Amino acid sequence: MSHPSTYTPSTGIERWFDARMPIPRMMHDQFLVFPTPRNLNYWWTFGGILTFMLAVQMVTGIVLAMHYVPTADGAFDSVEKIMRDVNWGWLLRYAHAVGASMFFLAVYIHTFRGLYYGSYKAPREILWILGVLILLLMIATAFMGYSLVWGQMSFWAVTVITNLFSSLDALIPGLGTSLVEWIWGGFSVGGPTLNRLYALHYLLPFVIAGVVILHIWALHVPGNNNPTGVDVKSAKDTIPFHPYYTIKDGFALVLFLILFAGLLFYAPNFLGHPDNYIPANPLQTPPHIVPEWYFLPFYAILRAIPNKLFGVIGLIGGIGVLFFVPWLDTSRIRSTSYRPIYKWFFWLFVVNCLALGYLGSQAPDGWYLFFGRVCTIYYFGFFLVLMPILGFIERPKKLPGSITQSVLGPQGSHPAEAPPHVAQEPAREGAA
Amino acid sequence: MMSAVRTAAAFVLALSIPSLALAEEPGNGHGPVIKAQDWSFAPPFGRFDKAQLQRGYRVYKEICANCHSMRLLSYRNLGESGGPGFSPKAIEILAAQAQVTDGPNDKGEMFERPGRPSDHFRSPYANDQAARVVNNGALPPDLSVMAKARPGGPDYIYALLTGYAKPPAEFHMTQGMQYNKAFPGHQIAMPNPLVDGVIPYTDGTKPTVDNYARDVSAFLMWTAEPKLEERYKVGARIMIFLIVFAGIMYFSKRAVWARLHRRDGTHQA
Repeated sequence: MSHPSTYTPSTGIERWFDARMPIPRMMHDQFLVFPTPRNLNYWWTFGGILTFMLAVQMVTGIVLAMHYVPTADGAFDSVEKIMRDVNWGWLLRYAHAVGASMFFLAVYIHTFRGLYYGSYKAPREILWILGVLILLLMIATAFMGYSLVWGQMSFWAVTVITNLFSSLDALIPGLGTSLVEWIWGGFSVGGPTLNRLYALHYLLPFVIAGVVILHIWALHVPGNNNPTGVDVKSAKDTIPFHPYYTIKDGFALVLFLILFAGLLFYAPNFLGHPDNYIPANPLQTPPHIVPEWYFLPFYAILRAIPNKLFGVIGLIGGIGVLFFVPWLDTSRIRSTSYRPIYKWFFWLFVVNCLALGYLGSQAPDGWYLFFGRVCTIYYFGFFLVLMPILGFIERPKKLPGSITQSVLGPQGSHPAEAPPHVAQEPAREGAA
Repeated sequence: MMSAVRTAAAFVLALSIPSLALAEEPGNGHGPVIKAQDWSFAPPFGRFDKAQLQRGYRVYKEICANCHSMRLLSYRNLGESGGPGFSPKAIEILAAQAQVTDGPNDKGEMFERPGRPSDHFRSPYANDQAARVVNNGALPPDLSVMAKARPGGPDYIYALLTGYAKPPAEFHMTQGMQYNKAFPGHQIAMPNPLVDGVIPYTDGTKPTVDNYARDVSAFLMWTAEPKLEERYKVGARIMIFLIVFAGIMYFSKRAVWARLHRRDGTHQA
């Protein structure tokens, strides 16, 4: 796409394919020799990890679907039957449940990485927007998947979240209520709701897979950003994707799997809520309805805003604002590493998101509500005020002349004088 | 200027700074503190103590099962690996002690027969309403996954069963409720189920409330997580594989990237 093809079909069957549907050429150009900046650190390995996690979720999910019963009476028991009587069912179900958490952990790191290194800036706006779209689809899919367990938290989370649409009654009386009943397929959350959530939960991962392909396409046109944010200037700045990044991504993936397996085998319910092992009961509301950990920051925003309709707008806006980041950030340079002021606000933003997550898990009163509001203001202030203003007033640090220079030092272009790399290399990689 | 100050003041007020908020409610989603116990099945290498599960089953059957159902378990489960390990003969006897409704038969009638290993544990009540009528309006919850359905799991169950006490002097008790240190709100409808010596133990374990509570908590952990031992065993193999694999990947990665570093070192423009 962005680089001339270097593929030469060497066998008869390759030539046959190349003249008809050049998949071998695409694989060769896009995944083997694809020119990739040589200085990508370990934060860049989460794209591969995410692709792997999507595959894990789809494979475990399809087998689970073969045993799951999407009815109000059968759902909870069928999940337990999977855990008890299906061969390796406990492994499939826990891998799927813990896998969802790991998927979100990876996607949040991936998103923060893009935010830190300015990977959304021209010419990667579409790449970024497709990524935010994937995040939205993931949120919808995970929410629906959680509902399928049909425990108390599942049921009441569906009740709370679907009821948010009733806030539209504030705009046109009756609109929200009608919409909610249409979504429910009745006058309360029940069997029809579960059945449609199940259908959509099976559908959306394939939509995600489709957008992931577009996301990778949009990545392969401008190529990867890199930790300096400096564009690739010469062939020396890049290395072929294979073997350098296949092996690096592979190593990071195995480390990630150790964390995944640790949770899966030794604490599979650590990230879940005990109430979801109580079968759904429409007559009994749990004392504290909380979503899964990966939704807590947005839940905190929802509850921080006193007006229901504006709360919902805040909830949606929390993700929605990301779509506009390429134009909200007015900085001339990409990488936060070279932005001395913005850097502080960025890390404060990360802390702010973690704080919102904690506050989302607590009952919204007293100081919890107060700090929930402070953090919500900072969340939006960061995007809507700080990002545009800092780009104008900040003086960035001096950028390296090229990617190669950033790796090998200013003498990088005169390699004869280059110092031995044994000393440099671990430091650079360790920085990730 | 004044209007700006007023706007700022309104903004701060809109945050609704809590006035007395330092006095934090202890009950902000957290129940009483539950003390962690030492369990034989603690990760990563734990195993269920078969003798303890068998004793726990006895406590469950003699005491808990009078009011609590356990509808996800079958008698056959009692003999499966990673569980109490009853012999097939023992399971047949245990199952046959229950009368199970089956049918309809050729005449179209339901009939009672002795239980088989493939039958689910028999529930003490025909339905929830029947359970409430007998229990002063309270519904004894199903115990199948109880050890996963409460914060603290088996620690909580143990704390609850040993947590019955006299209410503090100023504590107002509702009619028909019991005071319990571990129960959220401290008022529980279930009367204290365990008394020292109520079930004789045959394996030399002291028949005390503490042991009953510990054994039945372990048993409930097994009913909630019957594949726990298998999970730990598979987990250990997977972890060893992944750690070795990570080492191989690390050195492969270094070897591959060393080519690049050599090229940089010897590269002649």
